[in-house]
Amino acid sequence: MTPSGVLYIVVFFLVLLAVTKPLGLFMAHVYEGKRTFLHPLLRPLERLIYRLCGIREDSEQRWTQYAASLLAFSLVSFLFVYAIQRLQGFLPFNPMGFSTGHPPGNATPMTPDLAFNTAVSFMTNTNWQAYGGETTLSYFVQMLALTVQNFVSAAAGIAVAIALIRGFARKQMDTLGNFWVDLTRGTLYVMLPLCFVFAIFLCARGVPQTLEPYVKAKTLEGPTQTIAVGPVASQEAPKMLGTNGGGFFNANSAHPFENPTPLTNFMEILAILAISSGLTYTFGKMVGDTRQGWGLFAAMAVLFFAGVFVCYGSERAGNPILAHLGIETAAARGQPGGNMEGKEVRFGIASSALWATATTDASNGSVNSMHDSYTPLGGLIPMFNLQTDEVIFGGTGSGLYGILLYAVVGVFIAGLMVGRTPEYLGKKIEQKEVKMAMVAIIVTAFAILVFSALCSVAKFPAHGYWNPPGPATANLANDGPHGFSEILYAFSSASENNGSAFAGINVNTPWYNLLLGLAMLIGRFGFMLPALAIAGSLATKKKVPVTSGTLPTYGALWVGLLVATIVIVGALTFFPALSLGPIVEQFLMHQGKTFSMLIFPVWS
Amino acid sequence: MPKTVIAPEPVFNDETRLLPKKLVRARPLFDREILRRAIRESFVKLNPLAVAKNPVMFVVEVGAALTTILLAHNVISGVQGNGFEFQITLWLWFTVLFANFAEAMAEARGKAQADTLRKTKTDSMAKRLLDNGNVEAVPASRLRSGDLVICAAGDIIPGDGEVVEGIATVDESVITGESAPVIRESGGDRSAVTGGTKVLSDQIKIQITSNPGETFLDRMIALVEGAERQKTPNEIALNILIAGLTLIFLLAVVTLQPFAVYAVNSAGKGSVPSVVVLISLLVCLIPTTIGGLLSAIGIAGMDRVMQHNVLAMSGKAVEAAGDVNTLLLDKTGTITLGNRQAVEFLPCQGIEESELADVAQLASLADETPEGRSIVVLAKERFRLRGREVSHYQAQFIPFSAYTRMSGVNIDGRCLRKGATEAILNFVKEQHGNHSPELLEISERISRTGGTPLAVADGGRVLGIVHLKDIVKGGMHERIGHLRAMGIRSVMITGDNPLTAAAIASEAGVDDFLAQATPKDKLEYIRKEQAAGRLIAMTGDGTNDAPALAQADVGLAMNTGTSAAKEAGNMVDLDSNPTKLIEVVAIGKQLLITRGALTTFSIANDVAKYFAIIPAMFASTYPALEYLNIMHLHSPQSAVLAAVIFNALIIIALVPLALRGVKYRPVGAASLLKRNLLIYGLGGILAPFPGIWMINHLLVWLHLV
Repeated sequence: MTPSGVLYIVVFFLVLLAVTKPLGLFMAHVYEGKRTFLHPLLRPLERLIYRLCGIREDSEQRWTQYAASLLAFSLVSFLFVYAIQRLQGFLPFNPMGFSTGHPPGNATPMTPDLAFNTAVSFMTNTNWQAYGGETTLSYFVQMLALTVQNFVSAAAGIAVAIALIRGFARKQMDTLGNFWVDLTRGTLYVMLPLCFVFAIFLCARGVPQTLEPYVKAKTLEGPTQTIAVGPVASQEAPKMLGTNGGGFFNANSAHPFENPTPLTNFMEILAILAISSGLTYTFGKMVGDTRQGWGLFAAMAVLFFAGVFVCYGSERAGNPILAHLGIETAAARGQPGGNMEGKEVRFGIASSALWATATTDASNGSVNSMHDSYTPLGGLIPMFNLQTDEVIFGGTGSGLYGILLYAVVGVFIAGLMVGRTPEYLGKKIEQKEVKMAMVAIIVTAFAILVFSALCSVAKFPAHGYWNPPGPATANLANDGPHGFSEILYAFSSASENNGSAFAGINVNTPWYNLLLGLAMLIGRFGFMLPALAIAGSLATKKKVPVTSGTLPTYGALWVGLLVATIVIVGALTFFPALSLGPIVEQFLMHQGKTFSMLIFPVWS
Repeated sequence: MPKTVIAPEPVFNDETRLLPKKLVRARPLFDREILRRAIRESFVKLNPLAVAKNPVMFVVEVGAALTTILLAHNVISGVQGNGFEFQITLWLWFTVLFANFAEAMAEARGKAQADTLRKTKTDSMAKRLLDNGNVEAVPASRLRSGDLVICAAGDIIPGDGEVVEGIATVDESVITGESAPVIRESGGDRSAVTGGTKVLSDQIKIQITSNPGETFLDRMIALVEGAERQKTPNEIALNILIAGLTLIFLLAVVTLQPFAVYAVNSAGKGSVPSVVVLISLLVCLIPTTIGGLLSAIGIAGMDRVMQHNVLAMSGKAVEAAGDVNTLLLDKTGTITLGNRQAVEFLPCQGIEESELADVAQLASLADETPEGRSIVVLAKERFRLRGREVSHYQAQFIPFSAYTRMSGVNIDGRCLRKGATEAILNFVKEQHGNHSPELLEISERISRTGGTPLAVADGGRVLGIVHLKDIVKGGMHERIGHLRAMGIRSVMITGDNPLTAAAIASEAGVDDFLAQATPKDKLEYIRKEQAAGRLIAMTGDGTNDAPALAQADVGLAMNTGTSAAKEAGNMVDLDSNPTKLIEVVAIGKQLLITRGALTTFSIANDVAKYFAIIPAMFASTYPALEYLNIMHLHSPQSAVLAAVIFNALIIIALVPLALRGVKYRPVGAASLLKRNLLIYGLGGILAPFPGIWMINHLLVWLHLV
């Protein structure tokens, strides 16, 4: 690790820390219905939306109604995105003429399974992309379907987190607020202003925002090249801020039009974690004890630093095989050293490792480097971040309700050791809470492990619809443990609604599209519904007064406990699988083996 | 401060001794009879229907059955070298047996106790009183509620009831274990008798209050036997957690097979781990330690309450005791010794203190009340005034009456009196004595500090005041401090005026008090606290305590109390010692801590098992994973076997801990958590490493692998 690299990461964290309180306080005011400085501007619009949609602002919902509203909204979103994709050939703003059947040039057809996968992907805030944006989708789809989902799927996630916070904050009530109101406020007061400012900033730094067709350019060598452009900035802003991560272009934020400069790079990483980090403060504020919020923040920060420095350290150390061949892997003036494969020379190792960690800490999934090319240990970090349910700041809303579910489990296991029925924020943690937290952890583990297992051994007949004939593993670009990592990563990413990938696996087949789509649905609602059920149950409970006999849920002891719960539950669930993927690959790399399509011992 | 005279009370000044070490009827943990019974039961409990109630052990049993079938198949089809499979199978069955043993141990202790109790339930004959006044002999089992029976010295009391006539000494050792006889008399709060106890002297008439099969003894037998045992809410929640973890590990292990198929295919060497090895991994990972010990912990917790001579009507009540936020303590008998004691002689001007003491002692010689006796004692202590033999004097004793509000003695023509200040002043006036304003002044001063003034006069001469004071029990201040450290508020309940109450409250160190409390106030206070989310514990013995006992989350009724109180509470203290509440709270906490500690330990153990088994499983496919074999285990087979054996043995090793409970210290939650996390969390991660390592070496040494 170089001093400048470490400094970059530390400065990043300090800036994140600085935005946490103001942003968190603002969100607390928004969701508590207090007046903010944006009210003169946005309140009339908010009222208009309620009037048009027939929403009664003051009507409260029980958890079941809240969940039903969420599901209804998600279903409509899915159908809308699916329809627009399938109909893109007939819709406007399609200068490149993309369609479903016979696309021009080397474009990808928007098949039913791909449209299903993409619709689920954006509705669930996953933004897994089995397609290349610039070769598949019209501007109309990018804007009206995907960008809109970038806003509302993030707002829906925050709404669930807010409902859970209310569950902790309220006493003997059976309602959690109103989903439609929370959704509207999240979109209007949180996402829209932040994205507006951020998009302008991106435009100013060179991100395109146009409806013109792709640009034809004559290269120095003579042939013409098509340069894809489009309404990028307006999609890029919510992509980062709403932890969506679905790039306008296939190369995502490694593409200079999505992420042109070191400054945009820094700001985009910040945008990944800003709202989620702020929500920890919102939590503390709304439950009436900001120490509680900082307690969660501290646990997240510990995990963040552990992850980023292991990842950065491993990438910095580079590949020993290259070193053995006499290639300089140490950093020196004019060359970064380390493992630069799959990384943008513009960004270098530290900011790539930081991005890879942050994007999987959260459920973002955007990339500025290719995770597939990381060293095994460097790639293990993003994968493990996914498998621990993305609770290190996490997705907008999902990070907070995720870590709160872990807190419930941690409090329950260790809380017994203080000799009382475990309680968190004065709420007794009993059967229902434990059951629901376990359901959430089990269903995501199920989707990751069982679907990966299926893809490890499935075989397909000739002339089948689902996948090209032969074993499913034929879709892999790499052999051995690395190929296995690609499968495991894909399902971890989908189940956790991340969307990043160890690319190198062909997932645009009906089999993978369906299975990954299913994993996204399980991961999204398998976590949200239990979180809402817990919220509903907690809200009805009394608040037990705090005494010296109460387990303190702030301070170093609590942070350690929470971190240990997250790491141990994650490690125990996924260690066997990981040991056959990145762990053994790391050992093998040190023995001189890497895994491309050929296995060749370089030395040993 | 004058020297006070206090009867010696047990002092709990050793801070670790919140739970007194000497338990009334503690049996040794591994009593031979109990062991024999438990071992037999562990095999009976192998019945899959019984095991199915415990998801973790059910998975182990299914695994054991599967490996048994595989082993049998191998043997039948003539496959050689089944030593490894045989040993795994054996140890898997042992795992189930050990868990069964833990539960059986806990149950057997209760059953042994129940047997002792049942022996007292011999069907004695009762002397039932007929309407015409005659007595008929009927078997005790035919007595119904409302029947009247006569019990004379030597009779076993045939059923629960109330003494309606007479007074007798009764041996209640069957129930309480206390051999000293107790007095039971009609009327008042000492009228309840329990079936199975024995009348030692005199004769009493008893009205039976329970029907056959519903007596206190019956309920007690059912309770200690665990026949009525229902899982407590917390136990159910913990069961859900460990069932959930079992499911997660099931997923992890079941999917490991296809992952291994992929690995073997792509590496082109090695073999997929056998079903036996996969089952071994699963059994090692699922929380067998807590799964195997969970019910034993619950039963043992109830048993511990029992050993303190408290009968908890449900496990839920014991668990609630651990959660209690507020303890309502009656002043009289709980915080104070129950009687006011003389602490000081305050003479009027011109009177010698020794004269006052002398007169006060003389006036109290025939006074058998504790207050009266305490005056005699104080005078003796202060001025070496011996208690004189009353018969030597021509004395006429004047007993206390509610009308005169004083008592005393007429001796050698002197009229010595002691009593309420006003009553004495009236008496002095009648005797044409002097009015003394000073007396009122002293008397008021004492009242202000919470004491009771007792004026003394010799005929027309006012002598002074004896200061009577409520004496706070020795060690009470400290115990209240312990409670505070646990985060429990103590509230003193008293009928005294607020002034007196405040004085006692500050001396005892309680957090709050409720003065001039009527039973209704008590009930209201409990409701108010509960509405604020607090859990309340209280003790009570009178019928008017019953509503509050029923409302409280933990209601500890005194065995000497009325049956209404006993019905209303959810625990009965057979020793009728109200301070027992503090012990019950500690036991409740200990129960929860033990569960949490073993759960944490069980989960933390898994880390080491991964390091043992994963490299072993893939030794042939990925030799590089040998890096993970940080324990340097001998071979893949020895690694898997050592982990399985460790996993089984740890259950047995922790049985004593499960039965005794984790040591509990009355300190705040944070330091308790830190300590337990270190021992059971960090310890749980580290302990298996040397354990598995040693078993591995033992296996190699014994040539078992």
